[in-house]
Amino acid sequence: MSPRRTDTGGRVDRLKTIRFTFDGAPYTGHAGDTLASALLAKGVTLYGRSFKYHRPRGLLTAGVEEPNALVTVLKGKVREPNIPATMVEIHDGLVAISQNRFPSLAWDINAVNQLGGKILSAGFYYKTFMGPVFGPLKGTRFWMFCEHFIRRAAGLGSAGSAKDPARYERMNAFCDVLVVGSGPAGLMAAKAAADQGARVMLADLEPLFGGSANWSDETIDGAPAADWARRTVAQLAGRDNVRLLPRTTVWGYYDNNTLAALERVSDHKEQPGKGEPRHRYWAIRAKSVVLATGAFERPLVFPGNDRPGVMLAHAAERYANEFGVLPGERIALFTNNDSAYRAAVALKKAGAAVVAIADVRPELSPEMRKLAAEAEAEIFAGHAVVATEGGKALSGLKLQRFDMTNGTLIGDPRSIHADCLLMSGGWSPTIHLASQAGAKAEWNAARQAFLPPKPTQSWIGAGAFTGSFSTLEALAEGRAAGLAAAGGQSTQSMLPTVEAVPGDPDPAPVFEIRAKGKSFVDFQHDVTAEDVRLAHREGFVSVEHLKRYTTLGMATDQGKSSNVPGLAIMAEALGKPIPEVGTTRFRPPFAPVSIGSLAAERFGDLKPERLTPMHDWHLANGATMYSAGLWYRPMIYGLSGETVEQAYVREAKATRERAGIVDVSTLGKIAVQGPDAALFLDRVYTNMFSTLAVGKARYGLMLREDGLAFDDGTTWRLGEQDFLMTTTTANAGKVMQHLEYFLDVIWPELKVHVTSVTDEWAGAAIGGPKAREILATCVTGTSVDNATLPFMGIVRGEIAGVPVMICRLSFSGEMAFEVYSGAGYGTHVWEALVEAGKPFGLVTYGLEALGTMRIEKGHVTGAEIDGRTTARDLHLDWMLSKKKPFIGSAMMDREGLIASDRLELVGLIALDNRPLNGGAHIVEEVDEANPHGSIGHITACCYSPALGKHIALALVKGGKARQGTRAHVSDSLRNRFGPVEIVSNHFFDPDGSRMHG
Amino acid sequence: MLITCPYCGPRDVIEFTYQGDGNRERPDPASQNFEAWNAYVYDRLNPAGDHNEIWQHSGGCRTHLKVVRNTLTHEISSVAFMRGDHGRGDHGSAARRKAEDKS
Ligand SMILES: [Zn+2]
Repeated sequence: MSPRRTDTGGRVDRLKTIRFTFDGAPYTGHAGDTLASALLAKGVTLYGRSFKYHRPRGLLTAGVEEPNALVTVLKGKVREPNIPATMVEIHDGLVAISQNRFPSLAWDINAVNQLGGKILSAGFYYKTFMGPVFGPLKGTRFWMFCEHFIRRAAGLGSAGSAKDPARYERMNAFCDVLVVGSGPAGLMAAKAAADQGARVMLADLEPLFGGSANWSDETIDGAPAADWARRTVAQLAGRDNVRLLPRTTVWGYYDNNTLAALERVSDHKEQPGKGEPRHRYWAIRAKSVVLATGAFERPLVFPGNDRPGVMLAHAAERYANEFGVLPGERIALFTNNDSAYRAAVALKKAGAAVVAIADVRPELSPEMRKLAAEAEAEIFAGHAVVATEGGKALSGLKLQRFDMTNGTLIGDPRSIHADCLLMSGGWSPTIHLASQAGAKAEWNAARQAFLPPKPTQSWIGAGAFTGSFSTLEALAEGRAAGLAAAGGQSTQSMLPTVEAVPGDPDPAPVFEIRAKGKSFVDFQHDVTAEDVRLAHREGFVSVEHLKRYTTLGMATDQGKSSNVPGLAIMAEALGKPIPEVGTTRFRPPFAPVSIGSLAAERFGDLKPERLTPMHDWHLANGATMYSAGLWYRPMIYGLSGETVEQAYVREAKATRERAGIVDVSTLGKIAVQGPDAALFLDRVYTNMFSTLAVGKARYGLMLREDGLAFDDGTTWRLGEQDFLMTTTTANAGKVMQHLEYFLDVIWPELKVHVTSVTDEWAGAAIGGPKAREILATCVTGTSVDNATLPFMGIVRGEIAGVPVMICRLSFSGEMAFEVYSGAGYGTHVWEALVEAGKPFGLVTYGLEALGTMRIEKGHVTGAEIDGRTTARDLHLDWMLSKKKPFIGSAMMDREGLIASDRLELVGLIALDNRPLNGGAHIVEEVDEANPHGSIGHITACCYSPALGKHIALALVKGGKARQGTRAHVSDSLRNRFGPVEIVSNHFFDPDGSRMHG
Repeated sequence: MLITCPYCGPRDVIEFTYQGDGNRERPDPASQNFEAWNAYVYDRLNPAGDHNEIWQHSGGCRTHLKVVRNTLTHEISSVAFMRGDHGRGDHGSAARRKAEDKS
């Protein structure tokens, strides 16, 4: 047992030893320990270096509000920075390291920053680095020079770059009553609501329910408070209308009583359980919420208040009672209120010597004097701490007589020898969630604290959260809140009895002791009281500006302990009362939230996938798959030893020479049906569809309302009132929504129904000189000759006993047919086609060959219909009907959209016969050293087997007029420069003789 | 935020897609009034308070809904089908709806 660990008491299991490392050194702790309590038990005083000045810092708190002791936890290659050591539960194999120190925590070269403290005072960055450049070392350019060094020196932990392999989940939950916080108030509320039969959820960010009951020396119903809490939790756990969520931080309060919470499911384990996520994000809809989130103790602001060994009074009480760890052997206290006396007694009982209690108040109640006597502590009433001594640990402090009516110090300071100084500056109710939910907090002069606002949503407060700091009040308010939240009537049953240490909840209105030396307000961002006053002298009067200028309260702890002292100092500087200076509105999240939990099932093994009916066949036949949105599509069917380029060149070549088949099931398919279907399509497409004969298909183009190109595809007329529209794979959902919008909102009088049928059909496109012969051998029930199935014709027949619909249309530029069958028969029909093609040398081809052939043909896709191009830019103006208005027709002729210098679609041929790159700029003259003068960019590129050249499609300013001229690619990112010839986008078979056959 | 779909009941906002300002009036398709088209395509009201909005229940029944939402509080005071009370196409054009709003 280490000297600082008490023999009994607390939540730790002294029989279970846990091994972990901190900064590479091995340590042991016990089950139930946090990293903070385990290290404290080993006498560790130094936990980190401060943000700006690299001052040594120790533990300030025992909970979520910890600003100093931030660590990085390493799991394999994954590093998670900036976690309070107070929130890390130790487990075997835990690896934690300290932050913001170089080369080591104990010897930090940047600690010299604190010698020149003035350099980094408030507004340092603005003053030094903003504004015009005068000379070489000032202003913005100076910032660019210094940024690297400053970012390295000032900051928190660094994020890792390794991919996070952990799993995250999202859970939606509903309940009648959500109780946030499991102290005496929260437990009573949960119990009262559950007794009414309400569905209750109880969440607490700590692993152990009980809140202050876990560390107070009080008794409830005659038993130690912690035992009462255990018993109550056990009762709740046994009920099937109660869900207990330990390690769960409720971090957001949104509209309609929707709350967001983060459950740390397996961070405290060496290995997560089977199927267990690391974190779970809870979206909770609660009919009613009980906020029993307690209060945060405030530090006092005085010189040297950040030295390791200076800690909040209740934190020491927690370490002693909840973890069985003494934060020091000779302890002094400094307070402006009664609650610290309870800590003095607790530490004395746990075995420490309490050497002094300095209280800013000149008059102390007999009860407090009695408690001090019990702690065997000397009282210094009307005194303040004016300095602390020591380096990486506290060695002593200086006291001076203090007049709290005017803040002056009197007489000479006297020294006290102590290795731990506990401070208490009063308590601030944890009103964050209530503030997020709506109205402004209200200042209470007696409590010297912001109390929760009137509810604007359905919540009820209880306990310290409302400013009722005694346990008896917490129990009473908790029960009332639980009953009211569950819609129950108040009962006459007895409240539990409480034996508590007495104390006045109201502190003296003292926040700061002004004496020589740095007095910290915001420990995490290194903001001192002087910084706040400096900001005031420089004209900052609004709290919001003050925050931004000094960065007060803007670190990862969001000023949980610093907001109120900061405001108080600002108020004093302004000569205004605190409520007139105002408070800042709290915003979510209450505590940092892992991004992984927000992304949850959208990534990793829970992400949805869309697979075509032939997916397994592709895998079994050597396809390399490519993810396109949620879809998976074959990229190539590579032969062994083939590169991707070799494979697609072979596939495209074989298709043009013989035949190829490709899976086109991913194309969006929408059934457009009804008496007004043809009229509707005339309005939606730029060209006519009412004139299309039944049994024929037509290529169509859609614009957006603003006149820019939206999507293209073929639409098949299957019957007088029955059309099958196809869309690009990527825009299928958008087009569907577009059609629904117009039918529902703009033209509700049209009798048309649209249905997404993408997943009902399997599609195979078979093209090439041999395609028709292949079909002829396997299609029954119809002929596929030119008379029966002309270009853009549709026939119905059967393949291998399965009904199919065949449309003769071409994306590859070859004579080609799209064969559609019911999705369930997709593989069956595909296999029959592949089998029928064998004697003809049919190949399967993937997206790469598909893309190559479309570039050769100059067809557009999403890379060219990019939301900025018009039909004219893409040479599709022949599709713009002049006989009718259509969506976009009124806006498409605006000046800017018909200007002559617009980016227009062209083809490019690399004259140096080297590969081109998508995204590369096109310039008239190459200037490798100073690239400029872009006249456009490449949208798609490939090696063209048909031309034997590296070619590309590009959007180039006034491109049509430049055809036949030379330009250059200029791609400094990939260092690719070289001459190109600008040509028509129709590289291959421009008159379409191959597909028309 | 919850939107009470007349078909599906109260549902979370993540099931819905915002489809824009419900106060816009689409000019007659053949109209060459460029000002009117420009207003329809680009102008949006941005009131601090009640706002007529169009939401599609895209993760549900897919109907478009006419929603009055308070932009300050997210309070939703009314939800109706864009196509009229029974989802039939009998409730007239945008212009007619506009006239009804004013009356
Ligand atoms: Zn619905």
